[in-house]
Amino acid sequence: MKLGSTLLTAHLWLVLAFLYVPIVVMAVLGFNASPLYALPFEFDPVWYRALTSNTKLIDAGIHSVGIAIVNTIIATTLGTMAALAFARYSFRGKTIMQLLLFPPIAIPWLVIGTAMLVFFFWIDIKRGLFAILLGHVALSLPYVIVVVGARLATFPHAVEEAAATLGATPWQTFRRVTAPLLAPGVIGGGLFAFAVSFDQFVISYFLAPAGVTTLPVEIYGAIRKGFTPEINAISTIIIVVSMGVLLLTARFYRFGGER
Amino acid sequence: MAVADQRNRGTILALTGPAYLWLTVTIFLPLSAMLYCSFLDKSPLVPQPASLTLKHYAAFIERPVYQQLMLWSLELGAVVTICCLIIGYPAALALAKVIKGRWREAMFLMVVLPFWSNALVRTFSWTMVLRPGGLADQAIHVVAPDAPALNLLYSYPAVVVGLVHSYLPYMILTCYISLQAIDDSVIEAARSLGARSGALFRRVVFPMSLPGVLAGSALIFVPAVGSFMEPRILGGAKGATLGMAVEEQFTVTANWPFGAALSFLMLGAVLLICLALYPAARKRMEGL
Repeated sequence: MKLGSTLLTAHLWLVLAFLYVPIVVMAVLGFNASPLYALPFEFDPVWYRALTSNTKLIDAGIHSVGIAIVNTIIATTLGTMAALAFARYSFRGKTIMQLLLFPPIAIPWLVIGTAMLVFFFWIDIKRGLFAILLGHVALSLPYVIVVVGARLATFPHAVEEAAATLGATPWQTFRRVTAPLLAPGVIGGGLFAFAVSFDQFVISYFLAPAGVTTLPVEIYGAIRKGFTPEINAISTIIIVVSMGVLLLTARFYRFGGER
Repeated sequence: MAVADQRNRGTILALTGPAYLWLTVTIFLPLSAMLYCSFLDKSPLVPQPASLTLKHYAAFIERPVYQQLMLWSLELGAVVTICCLIIGYPAALALAKVIKGRWREAMFLMVVLPFWSNALVRTFSWTMVLRPGGLADQAIHVVAPDAPALNLLYSYPAVVVGLVHSYLPYMILTCYISLQAIDDSVIEAARSLGARSGALFRRVVFPMSLPGVLAGSALIFVPAVGSFMEPRILGGAKGATLGMAVEEQFTVTANWPFGAALSFLMLGAVLLICLALYPAARKRMEGL
């Protein structure tokens, strides 16, 4: 059993190496002077400097961040409202409504993205940032509802009743009792929503018109033209941002239950 | 918990209405529109009026090339899922039952960290490892200096490696959650009743973690079958999948109805496979 435990731990370390080695290699080569990734490694931030004058990538970056922020606000608000209704009331159709959250998560993004393309064309929503935002919120909503709902499941309702009994108005109860208790779940859900949008490629790819894109779409186009260390540089920035958001999320929302 | 009466109904509607209206407009109506589109004889981009037809579904039956793509995609999904299970399950077991305390917290976070980072960027990072002269090539030449240049990029294994890298955290996450829920006292009880490690795993630990295994497999199999970006970047022309064919119908040839039909055939096949495996899985879990 001792040997088994050692082997399992060694395996876990190997898995972590498998997950991180390519990302580290990519990040390191972004700091290499050679445009052809030639070795030996020679440190030079030339590719990061090149980014500052690449207006197409900068525009795409601004779009990505902007959409992610608006997406976070909308998805967190609407998602928290729905999660509150699910936690507070039992009503007919609730189970079905909760089941309806699975298609956006489970159906391949390729199918959802192309379906949006077809439907938006029919109802005359033009391809562009607005259409992309519509899609991102749809993908974020189920995550927010699930994350906030998990927090509400352990919510101490007695505290609210106590506040009401002690004479607090419903608004006072919400502002002084419910909201502070709910905050970690809502912030966790919001950070999830940000990550979903900021990293989303497939939906944006089908809904982006020529010229107006988000970062992942722009990078995909660049990869298909050929690899340059500039892609490494921007990819490294993206990885750092999304991993940073996730680390923040971990502070507010505990993954995997009790530890 | 309050029961819905007339007064609450308005509140419930006001709270859930906006979210579900949004989902209706962006998910459910588009999927219905897509299904309708798959029966149209002309692309919606063509101004002439279209009529209903089954020809796109017939085309799938008549043209073996698309059936081949479907089989390849399903096979790719199965291979990726099995690889994720073989690699991910022991990792989840180590995380849930061997490693304790702060290390567990840190390593768990390390596993889920790539989970949300950009899949496109992670796929791109593999081109850095697999391309000629990349890390894999260099590593081989350290061991065997005379080995011929290794060209792993644009091959089937490259696609599998990239997809496993993308989806492995799902499997570790779901298996970890169900393994962690197994009470250590259950394992102690089996052990004190004389179960050896092998039997303990086969008869107790693995069956109890089956829900996690199944959830992880479904979460990986479905998107892996529908993948198009990873095969395109890592597989080049060799990694042809049904997902790539669907993407082409929408972006290159603009034959939307055929692309829609292929999408629904793919969804149907995936659903059938999940339904076919479900009774066996349930029987296994009831046998606890």
